[in-house]
Amino acid sequence: MPEKILQGIPASDGIAIGPAFRYIPAELTVPARAAESADVELSRFDAAREQARVELQGLSNAIEKRAGKEEAAIFEAHREMLNDPALEGRVRELVESGQTAEQALVNATDELAGLLAGMNDELFSARALDVKDVGRRVLRILLGLPDTALGAVTEPSVIVAEDLTPSDTASLDPSLTLGFVTAQGGLTSHSAILARTLGIPAIVGMGNNLLENVPGGTFIVMDGRTGELLIEPDEEITGRYQKVKSQRESQMQILKAAAEKDAVTANGRRVEVAANVGEAATARDAIEHGAEGIGLLRTEFLYLEDTQPPSEEKQFHIYREIFEVMAGRPVIVRTLDIGGDKPPSYLPFPTEMNPFLGWRAIRISLDEQDLFKTQLRAILRAAVGHHARIMFPMVSDLDELRRARDIVDTVKRDLALASVEFAFDVPVGIMVETPAAAVMVDALAEASDFFSLGTNDLTQYTLAVDRGNAKVANLFQPLHPAVLRLIKQTIDAARAKGKWVGMCGELAGMTKAIPILLGFGLDEFSMNPRAIPEAKRLIGQLTDERAREVASHAMTFGTAAEIENYMKGILTELA
Amino acid sequence: MAEATIQVKHKVGLHARPASLFVQTAAKFSSAIKVKNISANGNFVDAKSIIMVLTLGVMKDHEIVIQTEGADADAALAALKSLIESNFGES
Repeated sequence: MPEKILQGIPASDGIAIGPAFRYIPAELTVPARAAESADVELSRFDAAREQARVELQGLSNAIEKRAGKEEAAIFEAHREMLNDPALEGRVRELVESGQTAEQALVNATDELAGLLAGMNDELFSARALDVKDVGRRVLRILLGLPDTALGAVTEPSVIVAEDLTPSDTASLDPSLTLGFVTAQGGLTSHSAILARTLGIPAIVGMGNNLLENVPGGTFIVMDGRTGELLIEPDEEITGRYQKVKSQRESQMQILKAAAEKDAVTANGRRVEVAANVGEAATARDAIEHGAEGIGLLRTEFLYLEDTQPPSEEKQFHIYREIFEVMAGRPVIVRTLDIGGDKPPSYLPFPTEMNPFLGWRAIRISLDEQDLFKTQLRAILRAAVGHHARIMFPMVSDLDELRRARDIVDTVKRDLALASVEFAFDVPVGIMVETPAAAVMVDALAEASDFFSLGTNDLTQYTLAVDRGNAKVANLFQPLHPAVLRLIKQTIDAARAKGKWVGMCGELAGMTKAIPILLGFGLDEFSMNPRAIPEAKRLIGQLTDERAREVASHAMTFGTAAEIENYMKGILTELA
Repeated sequence: MAEATIQVKHKVGLHARPASLFVQTAAKFSSAIKVKNISANGNFVDAKSIIMVLTLGVMKDHEIVIQTEGADADAALAALKSLIESNFGES
C-alpha cells in the first residue's frame, strides 16, 4: 500500500518514527442527576478545587525543572484562576439556584471564558483557553477521572491530537514522547514553543482530518523540519528516514564542535558566515550548525499560514523568540516578500501574466501600508535589546527605497508618541536582487545602511530565465559571468561608500563560488544552515590574496561552464 | 470609601505579571475593592478576580479607577496605587 503523506506546519525540528498514540481527551459529560443540597454540592466543588490546586503545583514544579521558570508561569496563572473569587461566586450562585456542582462549574467557566474570548486584543482573548483548561481540570476531578489520558501512553509514541492544551503538553512524559502532531495550532501556540524548548519534534496545523487519517497504533514517520507526516510508510522509506535521522544526529555532534569557531581566512581575516532561516523552528538548527547570525530571516511563512494577515502581537512573539534564540547574534529580517505566484487569500491579487515581474515584495508593502506598518512595528518592538536589521526585498529604484524608509520613520514616530518601547537604531538596508539595484548601488547607498545580494532572483532577472520552467532551467546559471560582474560591481560600489555587503542567495553557500566571492571582498555569507561547516572550512583554507587571484582569473572567462570548470580545479586543490 | 484614578504605565498593561501582582495585592485586604478601565468605558469589576481584571483589557497608558470600601480601605488603596506607580517593581 502506498503510504499517505500529510503536510503541516513544521514547528520543532527532528524526525520521529514509531506508533501513533491518538490523544482524544475524554468527553467530559455532565451527568444528568438531581442536585443534592447546596452545602453538599459546594463541598464537592471545594474538594475538587483543592485537588486541582495540588495537581497544578505538581505540573508547575515538573515543568520548571524541565524547561525553566518562564514556561511554568502558565500553571501559576491557572492556580490564580482556580482561586478566582468571581469563578467561585458564580458557582456558588448557580449551585444555590439548584444546579449540581458540575453544571454550575461548566456554566460559570463558559461564561467567564466567553467574556475573555470576546476581547479584541489577542493577548487578552487567548486567556479564555486558560479559563477553560482550568474548568476542565476541576470537572474531570468532580467526575472522578484520572489526571490525563496522556498517562495512558506506555510505550514510546508519536502523540497525534486535535490540539494540546498547556496542561496536556506539560504532562507529556519526554521519555515516551517521540514527537507530536496536532490538527490545530500555529507556530506561536504554547505547545509549539514548549516543543522547541524541550527539543521534541513537532508538527502543528495539520488540518481537520488528521485524526481520521491516523488510526491508533498506526506506524508513522514525522519530520519536524519539513512538516511531513508519513502514514504507514513501507520499509524502504522508513529505512531512509531512519538513516537521515541517525545521520542528522551524528552530524550534529561533529557540527557542534566546529560550530564554536568563527570563520577566519587563512591570513586571519574575520568573515561572517550566517544562516538563511525560514521559520522559528530552524533558528536553533542554524546555531547548531555554526551560524554566526541570520543573514536572511524570511517572514513569508507568517503570511501564508492563515487566511488573514498575522497580527502585530503574533509577529512580535515570533520575532522575539528568534532574536532570543540567536542570543545577541545579528539577525536581518526581510520584510514581506510574496507575489502572485503564491498569493495569500486576503490580498487582492490580479491575474498576472508574469508574477515575478508583477505586484510583489516591496511593491506590495508600499501599496498595502497597513500590512507593512504592522510588520515594521512588530520588528522594531521585538528588536529591543537585540541586534536586528531590516531589509527590503526587490527594490529597483531609489524613490521606492526612500518611500519605504519614510514609512519606517513614520512607524517609529507613532511608536514613540504612544510611548511603546522599540529599538530606534535598527539599520535598514536592501536586498540587491534586481539588475537595476545592482548597477545603482552607489546611488542607493544614500538611503541604505547595508546591502545583501539575493543571487537567486538576481540570476533570474539578469539572465531572463525562469528556473521553474524545465525547458530553460539549464540556462539558470548563477556563476554566469554577467551575474558575477553585477555582484562584483555591487560589492565594489558598496565598499566605495563604506557600506557592509553580504549575500543571502544560494550562491553564498556554493563551494565553487565561495573563493570568488571571498576574492571580491564580500563581508558576509548567509546560506542554508547545513552548508555552513563546509563553507567555514573552505574559507579557512584561503588567504585573501589567493582568493583575489582566483576571482580575477575567474572573471576572464566568457561562459559559466568555463568558470565552473576552472573552479573545479581550484576546489580539488583546496580539498 | 476611598477612590483614586491612576494611569497604568507598564508596557503590557494589566496582563501577565502586572495583572497577577495587582490581584494578589488586592487579595491581601479585607475591604471590597473594585476597579474600572475608564479608557475603555468598562464597568467596575472585582479587583480580587484575575479573570475579571483581565476582561478590563487595560493596556499601557490606560487610566483606571480603583474604589475600596471597608476597614482597611485606605491602606488597600495606597498599596495598589504604589504598586502601579512603582511600575510593578520594574524600573
